[in-house]
Amino acid sequence: MQITLNGDSYEVAGPLTVAELLARLDIDARRVAVEHNLVVLKHDAFHRTTVQEGDEVEIVNFVGGGWKETRRAKG
Amino acid sequence: MDLFTIADKTFSSRLIVGTGKYSSPAVMVQAHEASGAEMITVAVRRVNISDRTKESLLDFIDTSKYFILPNTAGCYTADEAVRTARLGREAGLSNWVKLEVIGDERTLFPDNEALIEATRILVREGFVVLPYTNDDPIACRKLEDAGAAAVMPLGAPIGSGLGIQNPNNIRIIRELARVPMIVDAGVGTASDAAFAMELGADGVLMNTAIAGAHDPVAMAQAMKLGVRAGRLAFLAGRIPRKMYANASSPVEGLVGR
Repeated sequence: MQITLNGDSYEVAGPLTVAELLARLDIDARRVAVEHNLVVLKHDAFHRTTVQEGDEVEIVNFVGGGWKETRRAKG
Repeated sequence: MDLFTIADKTFSSRLIVGTGKYSSPAVMVQAHEASGAEMITVAVRRVNISDRTKESLLDFIDTSKYFILPNTAGCYTADEAVRTARLGREAGLSNWVKLEVIGDERTLFPDNEALIEATRILVREGFVVLPYTNDDPIACRKLEDAGAAAVMPLGAPIGSGLGIQNPNNIRIIRELARVPMIVDAGVGTASDAAFAMELGADGVLMNTAIAGAHDPVAMAQAMKLGVRAGRLAFLAGRIPRKMYANASSPVEGLVGR
């Protein structure tokens, strides 16, 4: 199925849960935050939230910064 | 002990530092250590899906020692900033946010209208909001009315190193605000940090002045001492400025008179 992952279209076998998606991407769930169709998920919701065809998923973490930022995040 | 309280947290250091622009994580860690800071601000960004080799910033920061303050740097609308703040809360360990809503790419000046709106929304959601704002006492008052836990006027444009451009406004903001005032942005060197504190700032937040220095670790230490010196001078109460000299030594008993 096709989803939008961090602003880009992404092909993944599904439906699957957010926890499964993170595992497939080899991302440590404890270090990230996830927004699913514009709703920010609590960590304990990763296992019971299903990602389906056409869904939008944002996965973020912390990076160095605090001042000059030139790249605009897509809204 | 001269403690520094924001919302429900108390700090002994009045210096808050950033995590951007360092040449390596090792230099950043040493600079943080030398700065004596207890609060560190971090940006929230999309994970790089295609390149998973990059380590997380939190691999380098001892979160038992430092309080992590997620920021919304790079956000240009209230909506983007609110989304980023919510993500930062879930990625982090607290409900605190350094709120930035930028109005212009060249100056990185804040969009006050959107900033106040985002503050109102996030306060309603239980966030402790620390907004980066113009050195405008009225904007600061509105942010305070919206529930901001502190106000963070800029000393000069972000990353400019120009020092405090409008000391009178900073002084007025301090006088009017009922919440802590942190000078956020514009500091170039230790005397700028000391000056901000002498004006009555409760704290100073900086990144570029340390990360961009030739020796970031030495500059971090200089900033620690600058903030401390400025705070002590503020508490001590400076002498009034006078037009003419006033001798320090006794004028009686001079030899040959």
